[in-house]
Amino acid sequence: MSAALSPKERLAIPPQPMPEQDPFARRANMEEVALGYTPEQARLEAERCLQCRNAPCIAGCPVAIDIPGFVGAIADGDNQRAIGIIKQSSLLPAVCGRVCPQETQCQAPCTVGKALKSTGKAVAIGRLERYVADWERENGLVDTPAVKPATGKRVGIVGTGPAGLTVAADVRREGHEVVLFEAFHKPGGVMVYGIPEFRLPKRIVQQEIDALLAMGCRLETNFVIGRTRKITDLLEKDGFHALFIGTGAGLPRFMNIEGENLVGVYSANEYLTRSNLMRAYDRDRAATPIFESEKVAVLGGGNVAMDAARTAVRLGAREVHLIYRRTEVEMPARVEEVHHAKEEGIAFHLLQNPKRILADERGWVCGIECLKYELGEPDASGRRRPVAIPGSEFEIEVDTVIVAIGNDSNPLIRQTTPGLETNRWGNIVVDEAGKSSLDRIYAGGDIVLGAATVILAMGEGRRAARSINAMLAAEA
Amino acid sequence: MNRILFREQLSDTVFLMRLEAPLIAQERRAGQFIILQVDHHFGERIPLTIADADPVEGSITIVFQAVGRTTRQLALLGEGDHVEALVGPLGSPTHIEYFGSVVCVGGGIGVAPLHPIAQALKAAGNHLTIIMGARGRELLILERQMAAIADELVVCTDDGSAGRKALVTEPLKEVCAREPKPGLAVAIGPPLMMKFCAEATRPFGVPTVVSLNTIMVDGTGMCGGCRVTVGNETKFVCVDGPEFDGHRVDFDNMISRLSAYRRQEAAHSCKLEEAR
Repeated sequence: MSAALSPKERLAIPPQPMPEQDPFARRANMEEVALGYTPEQARLEAERCLQCRNAPCIAGCPVAIDIPGFVGAIADGDNQRAIGIIKQSSLLPAVCGRVCPQETQCQAPCTVGKALKSTGKAVAIGRLERYVADWERENGLVDTPAVKPATGKRVGIVGTGPAGLTVAADVRREGHEVVLFEAFHKPGGVMVYGIPEFRLPKRIVQQEIDALLAMGCRLETNFVIGRTRKITDLLEKDGFHALFIGTGAGLPRFMNIEGENLVGVYSANEYLTRSNLMRAYDRDRAATPIFESEKVAVLGGGNVAMDAARTAVRLGAREVHLIYRRTEVEMPARVEEVHHAKEEGIAFHLLQNPKRILADERGWVCGIECLKYELGEPDASGRRRPVAIPGSEFEIEVDTVIVAIGNDSNPLIRQTTPGLETNRWGNIVVDEAGKSSLDRIYAGGDIVLGAATVILAMGEGRRAARSINAMLAAEA
Repeated sequence: MNRILFREQLSDTVFLMRLEAPLIAQERRAGQFIILQVDHHFGERIPLTIADADPVEGSITIVFQAVGRTTRQLALLGEGDHVEALVGPLGSPTHIEYFGSVVCVGGGIGVAPLHPIAQALKAAGNHLTIIMGARGRELLILERQMAAIADELVVCTDDGSAGRKALVTEPLKEVCAREPKPGLAVAIGPPLMMKFCAEATRPFGVPTVVSLNTIMVDGTGMCGGCRVTVGNETKFVCVDGPEFDGHRVDFDNMISRLSAYRRQEAAHSCKLEEAR
């Protein structure tokens, strides 16, 4: 049926808009904003794909999913085949379909987008990925992957974010015993403490965890490697044959400006963890408190800044100001998050940067003093460097400031594991196989890359899992 | 896991519990703490210092005052019950060495976290003066245990119902004025007490360690909610501490940060009262 369409006809199909919760209504709830394509929309969107022979989209995907393959299967109405194709390369399609920065990855080089002269009109690959992953889950078709006979080898996974979950699945399949260690009381890492429910429902992450448990992986929560047990103990005393460190980028950066330790200043990590993991948004039931803010300033322009700003709106803030020192073009956040944030009434202050945070007589935040900026020459990142305009100071009245300018790697493992090589940012150094400077210890995800994305973490996890499996097979 | 092996009410609001935690009991050093959660669905994570540990039994001892929502829930649990989440040992251990003579000051419930530190300092051969203070006799805890390790024990209460009627800073100044002066002072207790202890030792030039108990979420460096100003730097109590140079801590900033959720806590208390 789809083969009958000419390229011209395909280009004439309008891009299918994502059904979404009404912006006004969703300001007052934590439910998911994007509701997902209907089957008809998915088929139409899939038919927009030209099935290019050179498939530039695949080169744009960090894990090289056969994108024309799965999109073509959706156009043919064969969702089962579509999800099968995705799962050959990606283990977390329901997550990645929601949180990947598609517009700078697979959708950026899409021929359809180019022909229509707008990346925004590229085939909505992410939405289609989400569609088939949800279709499989909602129809109860998710299979527990087969596990090979027990090998007697034991692998420990430190951290249960996207990298760790990926390694667990790939290593367990080969028949190795897998133990996952999580510092928090719930697994999922940044997908659970960081990314809010309205962007990634927790039940989707939980399903991935449940699948691993069904495969026979063991989970140890409230277990801090480096404190409860050291890396060296796991290898020397506890019988582990290999370890994977996927502890992420969890150490919040601050701006080092005056007033940053006042009452009412949060790191985005703290604000989001209180709301997401500790469920502070559920004020009647949760014991963990969160500020009842009226006016909030969020500092930063990435996805985490958008998440924090949109969470503040949902927690009842009347005004939320997002302050970013460059322009919208340079914002690292996904286009869709910026769009949603604006729809929800967040005020964007571009080319501005805080100079100091102001306090009332009790030491609580009462405002923020900012400077205006202009763009100068390009810097090392290739983006034009923002330069402060002298004398341009002005104040915004706020009672809460959320700092969302990035994270560094947590030093706990580095400090408690002698001989583990790290770079000057504290990231673990690995070779092309994902192996660290120490035997049997592999690493991947943000602890290696610095703060990055779910899909890159997953890609790193797959690589490390291949190396671990190869090493253990050679020793069998 | 995390079973309550022993529970004792030390005063009106202060409780001692021994919890089953074999790995923490093995790894912990003096000065470290745990984070616990009574209910892992909606509960809060709170830090509590480890007052003692028994690696053979596989247990740790905590002492807490039932003043907040979580500590009051915890106080209602009995032997055989479980706490749902228990994680640790967290924080950097106390730096223990031979200083000659050491003066340890514990205020109120701060005597509990002071106990393992005093024990370790004693084991390192130090001459130990312990000053314990409380508002009144009924709030003095672990007096017998402290007497057992102290070379000299001074008890004071605000109302004079036990020991000297004095604030702990009085005997602390007297000890600092001796020759030779103590090589180290350790002060653990309410923030104001630690602030005044640090002020008391400052003129004598006696290095003073304080152990801070700030608001935390994860306890592993991830949220930064526990941050304090030390000198001109921002430090995380959970990973850089909990112990800091008392002469450099900005106590006023720390005290105001501790009050961040007072309004919400008051609202919760009202609800708890109504429910009764």
